[in-house]
Amino acid sequence: MPYTIAEKILMAHAGRAYRQAGKKDIKPGEFIEAKIDLALGNDITAPLAIEEFKKAGFKKVFDKKKIVLVPDHFAPAKDLKSANQCRILAEFAREHKIANYFEVGCMGIEHVLLPEKGLVLPGDLVIGADSHTCTYGALGSFATGVGSTDLARAFIDGKCWFKVGSTIKFIYQGKLNKWVGGKDLILYTIGNIGVDGALYKVMEFSGGVIRHLVMDDRFTMCNMAIEAGAITGIIEPDEVTLNYVSEVSKCQSVKVSRKKMAQLKSDKDACYERTYEWDISDLEPQVASPHLPSNVKPVSKLKEIGIDQVVIGSCTNGRISDLRIAAKILKGKKIKPGLRLIVIPATQKIYLEAVREGLAEIFVKAGGVFSTPTCGPCLGGHMGILTEGEVCLATTNRNFIGRMGHPKSFVYLSSPAVAAASAITGRITHPDEVI
Amino acid sequence: MIIKGKVHKFSDNINTDDIIAAKYLVTTDEKELGKHCMENIAPGFSQKVNKGDIIVAGRNFGCGSSREHAPRALKGCGIAAVIARSFAGIFFRNAINIGLPFLESSDVDKINDGDSLEIDLSRGIIKNLSTNQEHRTQPFPQFLQEIIEQDGLMNWIRKR
Repeated sequence: MPYTIAEKILMAHAGRAYRQAGKKDIKPGEFIEAKIDLALGNDITAPLAIEEFKKAGFKKVFDKKKIVLVPDHFAPAKDLKSANQCRILAEFAREHKIANYFEVGCMGIEHVLLPEKGLVLPGDLVIGADSHTCTYGALGSFATGVGSTDLARAFIDGKCWFKVGSTIKFIYQGKLNKWVGGKDLILYTIGNIGVDGALYKVMEFSGGVIRHLVMDDRFTMCNMAIEAGAITGIIEPDEVTLNYVSEVSKCQSVKVSRKKMAQLKSDKDACYERTYEWDISDLEPQVASPHLPSNVKPVSKLKEIGIDQVVIGSCTNGRISDLRIAAKILKGKKIKPGLRLIVIPATQKIYLEAVREGLAEIFVKAGGVFSTPTCGPCLGGHMGILTEGEVCLATTNRNFIGRMGHPKSFVYLSSPAVAAASAITGRITHPDEVI
Repeated sequence: MIIKGKVHKFSDNINTDDIIAAKYLVTTDEKELGKHCMENIAPGFSQKVNKGDIIVAGRNFGCGSSREHAPRALKGCGIAAVIARSFAGIFFRNAINIGLPFLESSDVDKINDGDSLEIDLSRGIIKNLSTNQEHRTQPFPQFLQEIIEQDGLMNWIRKR
């Protein structure tokens, strides 16, 4: 039977019980149990998982090498209660000898950190108690967000239950305009299909445009698959993936075989629930208006919107290429007086790169702040909370009511290029206008 | 299992930030979370809920973040069940895993705010005592029934 890449990965991890029942294939709608390669938790979700794990009376985790704990949401601890949550992670990691616990100083935003550390590889099945776990689909893995109880269960036996979802294929043809990238493609996609347009489905991104995207843009696209309701976003691994994985594996002694990579493709006659094919040659930068990520318009339709704050960062757009493009626009310029620009590199590695390349200096000289890695303002945690009536343009992933602070504040979502250009003018702006 | 309560009606795409804002995710205490349930979109909601009440909502209930604090906050403020046209994927799994009863129904438009409902969970029947209408829903597949009957995933694992 022909399969999609997502079905192939799930099937390869489906439990022994499933095979013993004489089942060789999986079908959309079915419930299966599968062995996972990695389980992730953060300072919000892991404390609840650890509590459940202990309450159920378990003493030993299934595999200390397959658990990753990252205090990144409210860390460095923003207050007493979050300090306590972070300590729960640290103590659990110490008690169970979990090597992949990343303390402040090594810590970064989890979905940027894990690929950077070579912890996720093509073909892996990954669960994370964080909805943006789907980011790793960019590496050709099946990665999905789960809850804390799922994580607690995974701590016990390394397994998780899944409802098999059908796949929707997205084919992007044409050539991307200047200043248009992964963020614009995914916003355009969500704008088209809606916040439940891929509800409990897999979004498979393909076509010539995707093949030419660098990994950072691919991560951005898969990251926001959840904003269309998808279980995950996925991209078949290719030379770009292989080069990335080889690069990160150098220091992490991870080996990926070309043969394995070649198998990680959807079969030609695989069954898709639906296929969307778009020529994006005319696409201009996209912006999502409050209060849904699907409320998307081209930047030219929103240029009268004034803003109080710009945030460049997050698991969606806090990578080095995001900072480079923002710095290119801000170099030698000043942000609008009275506006706040907050730039947050996603990991310590990216932080150092940005310092070495002079990007940090560009942001500071432009009038912005350059922060230590944290999810911070994206979820209204700290480092840039909005008060009543304030408007923020952010490179983050959600613009729900009250997401970044006051229930009567407003968040627009864009690429780093549009965010940087808008910081200069103080209103939503096409980068061409300032460069 | 029979659930009887008053309806609190919500629209489409109620996300987990609506259900419990991130600033409250510094505790795992259900009662404490419950106090702030729906605070951003329906201030004072937790005071209006009587134990056993039911939320009826539109499409994509529980979209957004994976925070299990959301179904826990609903439980914590006394909500006994959620009926929606559809549920977001992670909320769906969280509700199963922690034993928060929920039903998918295409008849949510026929149910009004303040109606009194009687839900027969195992048979998937919603009886509207205010309008005398009856709505039938698809029962859960066997696999999920097992977890629900054990009152959540951790009990199910322990008893295996």
